[in-house]
Amino acid sequence: MHELSIAASIVEAVTESAAPYPGARVKEVRLRVGALASVIEDSLQFCWQLATEDTPLTGSVLVINKLPVIVHCEACGVDAEIDGVQSFRCPRCGELAADLRQGRELEIESIELEDPEPAQPGAGAREQAEERI
Amino acid sequence: MTTRIVELRRGILKKNDELAAGLRDRFTSAGVLVLNLVSSPGTGKTAFLERTLCELRGRGKHAAALVGDLETDNDARRLAASGAPVRQINTHGICHLDAEMVGKHLEGWEGVALAGLDYLFIENVGNLVCPSSYDLGERIRVVLLSVTEGEDKPLKYPGLFNSADAAVITKIDLAGPCGFDREVALRNINEVRPGIRVFETSAKTGAGMDEWLTYLAEQRTR
Ligand SMILES: Nc1nc2c(ncn2[C@@H]2O[C@H](COP(=O)(O)OP(=O)(O)O)[C@@H](O)[C@H]2O)c(=O)[nH]1
Ligand SMILES: [Mg+2]
Ligand SMILES: [Zn+2]
Repeated sequence: MHELSIAASIVEAVTESAAPYPGARVKEVRLRVGALASVIEDSLQFCWQLATEDTPLTGSVLVINKLPVIVHCEACGVDAEIDGVQSFRCPRCGELAADLRQGRELEIESIELEDPEPAQPGAGAREQAEERI
Repeated sequence: MTTRIVELRRGILKKNDELAAGLRDRFTSAGVLVLNLVSSPGTGKTAFLERTLCELRGRGKHAAALVGDLETDNDARRLAASGAPVRQINTHGICHLDAEMVGKHLEGWEGVALAGLDYLFIENVGNLVCPSSYDLGERIRVVLLSVTEGEDKPLKYPGLFNSADAAVITKIDLAGPCGFDREVALRNINEVRPGIRVFETSAKTGAGMDEWLTYLAEQRTR
């Protein structure tokens, strides 16, 4: 059950990163989560609402982009994606491959921000346009 | 309404990773080898550590232990019987240790200076999932698996097993009665963490401890 602490860490990081855009609402948070990251997607989604309550992230959507494990095979000299997480074997030659190239990621890829309504200047511009018609 | 996408590309546990990197630097310059012990509750981390601390003491080595526990200090008391300095980290229900907790408990630890230690062991909270994401600044992560747990544990928790640097099979004295299939266990460990060093030990009989202690000595001089 560390998904709640993970969710809290995301909220903290996003709040920090959104600080240069005062008043903006966070619409979406996109993650990159490796298959070995030990994060259960459903639990994290479940914790998301709880963790974002009363923060600038309230109501935001959490998008989890799952990344498969990629190993480097010495024998074949290539990086190869493996099926699942229970056997670290090169899919080409079947040899065990210890050199992990992807699969442990636990990252925030990007956030989508919605700027606040540009209240006065925007409204004024529309009125002017109507006058001209 | 305008929306904008801001690329972050930042680790979710960046804060922990940074703290852990700081700890690792401190450990390295103090010349202390730090090991993080992870397993299910009941695997035998405390018993294995008790034995390790006693053996190291017998060889004139200086070792200390931090022990994470959800609520009690039973493990710390058991370990302290070895004569080594032991400090309890009470996580109050949190299912893993993190770098901040470790850092805090290194402060004001009476009679313990990192530079005076050869080894520092950190017994993590018994859990096979959560500790895998939290770097504690250790140089060696040791995953433990007892013969009573079933040979397929590595396949059920590959995230943790894959993050380990060494594996210890514990309670090997019970292998017979438990019908432990050694070959299958070794194969499963190797499937999820190819090439990992595996020790087969018993805290009760002392089996396998010599090999483990030799490994510790080798790793320290590395
Ligand atoms: N027979 C046997 N029992 C063990 C061994 N190691 C631990 N135990 C027992 O297993 C139980 C759990 O051990 P403990 O060290 O507390 O596990 P931890 O929760 O991983 O720290 C205790 O009752 C120990 O006495 C061993 O090598 N052989
Ligand atoms: Mg214990
Ligand atoms: Zn190959």
